Amino acid sequence: MRALHNGGLPALVLGMGLLVGLKVEAMELDDSGRKQSMAFWGIQFEELEYRYSDADEEIAVWDADAFYGTDDFKLRWLTRGEYAIEEQAYEGLENQIVGQFPVSEFFDAKAGIRIDTPEGPDRTYAVLGLSGLAPQWIEVDTNLYVSDEGDASADIDIEYELLLTNYWILTASLDATVAFSEDREIGVGQGLVSTETGLRLSYDLIDRAFSPYLGVVHERLYGDSAELARADGHGTEDWFAVVGARLAF
Amino acid sequence: MIDKQKGVRMRVVLGATAGLLLMPVASLAETYSLTVDRVMIDTGDFVKQGIGYNGSSPGPVLRFKEGEEVTINVTNNLDESTSIHWHGLILPFEQDGVPGISFPGISAGETFTYRFPVQQAGTYWFHSHSGFQEPDGAYGAIVIEPKAREPFRYTRDYVVQLTDKHPHAGHQVMRNLKNMPDYYNRQQQTVGEFFSDAEENGLLNTLRDRLDWGGMRMMKADVEDVQGFTALINGKGPEQNWTGLFEPGERVRLRFINSSAMTYFDIRIPGLEMTVVQADGNNVQPVTVDELRISVAETYDVIVRPKEAQAYTIFAESMGRSGYARGTLAPQKGMAGEMPELRAPARLTMADMAGHQGMDHSGMDHSTMGQDMSVMDHAAMGHDMDSMDHAAIGHDMSTMDHAAMGHGDMKPADSADPFYAPGSGLLPTAANGGRFLSYTDLKAQQPLYPHREPIREIELRLTGNMERYIWSINGVTYDDADPIVLQYGERVRFKFVNDTMMAHPMHLHGMWTILDVGAGQWNPVKHTVSIAPATTVYTEVEVDAPGQWAFHCHLTYHMGGGMFRKVIVEGAPALEQAQHAETVLNEQGGV
Repeated sequence: MRALHNGGLPALVLGMGLLVGLKVEAMELDDSGRKQSMAFWGIQFEELEYRYSDADEEIAVWDADAFYGTDDFKLRWLTRGEYAIEEQAYEGLENQIVGQFPVSEFFDAKAGIRIDTPEGPDRTYAVLGLSGLAPQWIEVDTNLYVSDEGDASADIDIEYELLLTNYWILTASLDATVAFSEDREIGVGQGLVSTETGLRLSYDLIDRAFSPYLGVVHERLYGDSAELARADGHGTEDWFAVVGARLAF
Repeated sequence: MIDKQKGVRMRVVLGATAGLLLMPVASLAETYSLTVDRVMIDTGDFVKQGIGYNGSSPGPVLRFKEGEEVTINVTNNLDESTSIHWHGLILPFEQDGVPGISFPGISAGETFTYRFPVQQAGTYWFHSHSGFQEPDGAYGAIVIEPKAREPFRYTRDYVVQLTDKHPHAGHQVMRNLKNMPDYYNRQQQTVGEFFSDAEENGLLNTLRDRLDWGGMRMMKADVEDVQGFTALINGKGPEQNWTGLFEPGERVRLRFINSSAMTYFDIRIPGLEMTVVQADGNNVQPVTVDELRISVAETYDVIVRPKEAQAYTIFAESMGRSGYARGTLAPQKGMAGEMPELRAPARLTMADMAGHQGMDHSGMDHSTMGQDMSVMDHAAMGHDMDSMDHAAIGHDMSTMDHAAMGHGDMKPADSADPFYAPGSGLLPTAANGGRFLSYTDLKAQQPLYPHREPIREIELRLTGNMERYIWSINGVTYDDADPIVLQYGERVRFKFVNDTMMAHPMHLHGMWTILDVGAGQWNPVKHTVSIAPATTVYTEVEVDAPGQWAFHCHLTYHMGGGMFRKVIVEGAPALEQAQHAETVLNEQGGV
């Protein structure tokens, strides 16, 4: 090893020295990692919380994603669930795998698949989405879905963070879902299906990795979807007190 | 033209020949050994594992002599590849220490022998050019004793090496910035600041201001990407208080080196004036100032003359005011001078945004801009009130307002620094109202090269996308970029246009950068030049070093984000190549 080093390296250096101006580009050994696109990863729980409703319902909720990739392409897994604690049943359970790539300075396009496996009938969707930062610091995530039943729907999530201080942050969020056709089996009527509005006050306890919060969430069903719920004996509107934490690794 | 080129070449060839001739002389060939080690770094605020040399971070001060041939054996005790770059040193490109450009790097467990003639004098530094080892502590200072007598006198000589040690490892900082560009920014504008601004400037003005910035998705607070560091002087945190001793009346030379990953510092020593005698290792015509800003990777040598038997505080506030380094000059150990308060965080202004691509100039309402500037000024004045005396404020107003308002025909006031956009929120002012060093104050003591017209101009736009934490040159990141090709013997003019809202310390390896401050042949010669937001800066380079070289923003995470180029110098004449090969041969013989 030693001999190889002593003999080999100077010879290499000599070779390069002689070739200066002729073939300087020949040496492309780059172990600095900088000439290659750097790949990164991240895991984030936007919401990880316990909800207590005005109808004494208790739910555990998460909304998380993990990614791996470069500036040009990322693979992202998004997962979202609502677990009714008393019933021991998933009211909602949704997983998406999408490829994500930039389409403008502030926005990425996403394409992939979404699989819903809650209590009750399952659905699989093709997903096309757009995610990024709109003017005035409004975070936007919007998707178009077509299910294996042939039904199309769309959703939009918007979020705004108000900095009370650099550590106390009030986050307002609005999620809305629209269906372009009815899917009675899963309680979806045509038109505006539902909204979820939230207000959460968080404190960045450990960097931006662990930020516990308190908040309120309002859920509401609309139109035909509301009628389907009523017919099943369910409510159409809920208020929740929530406690949880935002996590980022 | 040919004669001039020859002149340039002759200098280099003579240098190389001198190096060769002197090699056999034992006293002028020195061997150094460095080990690259895992070390513990104690900042006083936290203890963190990092990387150091010969068992400590910072590594030892390497003291070379101009004219000697140095041999440096570097043993890599890490379990990963490493490298050492000799920042600012003029040497054969294979000795420059950039993996993938000068050599393949130093593998774990391996010893690599650097060997090069020392052709210059002054203050420099060295650091790893691999991954994010430099912010993890892999750096040290170089002091080169000149052959000739220096044109200034001093009795004490201290290296004052500044760094911004972060509790997170370098690769983690990079990842966090990629995931959340504002991860470390805890100086963002809050609801409270909205109301205090509204009180001062009116609700509508403040609202309009916030909407203007929100519309661009840009933050006024985007001055320091990475906060939460502890700033160190020679490895000592503010509480550990590095101290340099003096006898009253002595002249003390302080060799300021900014080895930070990301942080510019505004340095002052309340009670003392600083006479700047050297910048980036090259002598400058002495200029006496109260405060100076050192951008990342720069060096400034100053001479101070403390007359009283008291402790003087070396106070280096970060440009964004999120941290400070502190040391002391004192007649004996254990003394502490008064500690100034940190000034208010800097806020960018619309002037700093002028170069941003997303910014539509035609759409920019002039009255709004005026408004905004006055808003900024008032805010700045308000904040500075506590620390500034009244006269200083008055002085400041007269200069800043004129520049800031930007009435077309009005020239900026005398003290406005042309190396900042008129009305820039980053424009520095001295805490005591006195003189703040500008690049325009730097004049070479001796021209290093004959003055001549450049052969061509290369425009380099500094570009980026803060939200994605992508940094680039001419909109292209390093992984997608072609090298910049220069011809040996030419003089090239670089036109830097900063289209981003952050300052970038641009560093060219292997060849000197002549910074155009409008002084012709007296333009200062540097290795690192800071380009402030929305400014255009010209530099010139005598292309006298064959091979391939790195060229990049020296903010570690901007470099990692892609603001990097390879520079290839083509067409070295046969003589130079033969000379070069001979040097290498000699080196081989010596192994």
